[in-house]
Amino acid sequence: MISKNFTVLNPAGFHARPAKEFVQKAGTYPCNVTLIKNDKKANGKSTLSVLTLGLKHLDEVTLETDGEQEEQAIEELGKLLGKIYQE
Amino acid sequence: MSAILTGVPASPGIAIAKAYRLQSVQYEVVRTVVEDPQRESIRFQKAVDQAKQDLESIRKMTEQRLGPLKAEIFEAHLMVLEDPELIDAIKEKILQQKINAEFALHETSHKFIELLEGMDDERLRERASDVRDVNQRIMSYLLGRDYSAPSAITEPSILIAADLTPSDTAQLDRTLVKGFITEIGSRSSHSAIMARSLEIPAIVGVGAAAATIDSGITVILDGLNGQIVVNPTMDELHEYERQREQYEQHKSELRTLMNQPTVSKDGHRVELAANIGSVEDVEKAIENGAEAIGLFRTEFLYMNRNSLPSEDEQFQVYTYVLDRMGQRPVVIRTLDIGGDKKLPYLPLPEEQNPFLGFRAIRMCLEHQDLFRTQLRALLRASAHGNLKIMFPMIAVLEEFMEAKRILLDERDKLIKEAVSIADRIEVGMMVEIPSSALSASIFAKEVDFFSIGTNDLIQYTMAADRMNEKVAYLYQPYHPSVLRLVQMVITAAEKEGKWVSMCGEMAGDETSIPILLGLGLHEFSMSATSILPARALIRQLSKLEWSGQTEMLLSLRGNDQVRGKVRTLLQTPGQIV
Repeated sequence: MISKNFTVLNPAGFHARPAKEFVQKAGTYPCNVTLIKNDKKANGKSTLSVLTLGLKHLDEVTLETDGEQEEQAIEELGKLLGKIYQE
Repeated sequence: MSAILTGVPASPGIAIAKAYRLQSVQYEVVRTVVEDPQRESIRFQKAVDQAKQDLESIRKMTEQRLGPLKAEIFEAHLMVLEDPELIDAIKEKILQQKINAEFALHETSHKFIELLEGMDDERLRERASDVRDVNQRIMSYLLGRDYSAPSAITEPSILIAADLTPSDTAQLDRTLVKGFITEIGSRSSHSAIMARSLEIPAIVGVGAAAATIDSGITVILDGLNGQIVVNPTMDELHEYERQREQYEQHKSELRTLMNQPTVSKDGHRVELAANIGSVEDVEKAIENGAEAIGLFRTEFLYMNRNSLPSEDEQFQVYTYVLDRMGQRPVVIRTLDIGGDKKLPYLPLPEEQNPFLGFRAIRMCLEHQDLFRTQLRALLRASAHGNLKIMFPMIAVLEEFMEAKRILLDERDKLIKEAVSIADRIEVGMMVEIPSSALSASIFAKEVDFFSIGTNDLIQYTMAADRMNEKVAYLYQPYHPSVLRLVQMVITAAEKEGKWVSMCGEMAGDETSIPILLGLGLHEFSMSATSILPARALIRQLSKLEWSGQTEMLLSLRGNDQVRGKVRTLLQTPGQIV
């Protein structure tokens, strides 16, 4: 299992399109994907679960991947977390 | 006797029709034990598949009717239908607890509905209705009931409901549904947004009172003022019918101008732009047919927080706005803060005269680290659209040259770092201080454009604080001294082949528009909602004829005389307009 911390840069927070793109991408990896904010965990492959984290602009969030292709997943999904700005 | 109810005006317009009460799918969920959980799980999956087919066709229909952006909501619904934490969790429940699909669905989806409804962010709370919508849809298949309730309407009606789901709203037949009234909701609810794109008048958030309106009763829905007249009198019917016709005519006139260029009667082209002060404002600009963003105030990035916004953070915001506007120009003004606008993390000295003090470019040139961060973010964002940069509060040429030097310095650094930047970025200045208007011919050789900020220009010309009621009478936009300064700027710019915008309240004002058109202003930047009315007005004016009035208007004795004269000219049929 590996993990990495990120800051949400999207001015509109992390829902609608950014969350959708993230979840779709997460679904393409065999490993488990988890987002953690203040001890609250969310399944990175579930939009509903990610939304209930209520990620806002400039929130700190931990991305955790566990299983097959975890290295690749954390790199690609991390890029998305930091880069996505559109909603 | 008629009765009046009020609510939140969610979509403008007036509708008069019989009420039709929409009952949501009523069901009672009972937990039962099933003998064959495997078969129950398959039955559930079948309902999910049917719901998917439905939503896919609604999505396609919406895309054709309203465009891909409005159809996105149904993509979100489709994703809910594939969500492992919902669908897989329900199946697991059915298999493990050997219970009926209805109960497992109800329990699991309501867990998410409650979670989402408890969120701080209003936009997240709205997502609860996605889950509710999807839940109802699957449920109706499980129960073998018809879900498309609004389609049962057969005569012109005003829908009354507790709430409307996005798919209810998207399927409304515009020829029959004249408007809708809901008990709950806000201006930003999905149903409200849908109503505006479908152009159906709507009032939301009426509360329990909406439930007192029975089917078949005649209702007047005034979506402009958020008023509902139940059981109107003949007089009320006539009055609202008259208002409705007037509104419809006005609206259809404005609507035809949505994607039209702004051209005067004699073929002179000008640009109508929007002023924005936040990321959300961009959508309003687009919805109102803005040809550009004429002023993007960046102060919001710095306010209500405890530290300076980082370069990356600013870059995200600028890129977002440039991206949304596509090829249309976006003029971004660098930070205008100091004086009366204070930041808790940036201590600035107390001042006797904040409006004449250490603010805007004056402060930025001294706090260069802060200024350079903003410029770098802007330069990096420039590769994503049609960016123009503007410096506020320029009084003397040296300030502009220094600001531009710092900008070019950062540009060179970024190029060395191999960051992609637009080949050409226009750099302009605000004209708010009389000195810059008086010396416009000197500035014109150095700038790419001017943007006249009339609110400040008037206050500095009259030496009158616009917040002070005692001297409020000196806020005189039509005064010849103000108009002459505007004229000087435009004349100086034209001589050097540069363009001039105006971004104060005056630019959207119907009395000043003819004067400004006559003076040869190139761009009018205003609040988004003023754009279409301004476009309609300009199309009726002749630039040549108003230019012919300039000398006369600028020689009048004062503000009231100019205003009076312009209004008389506007009302004289056949003469000027």
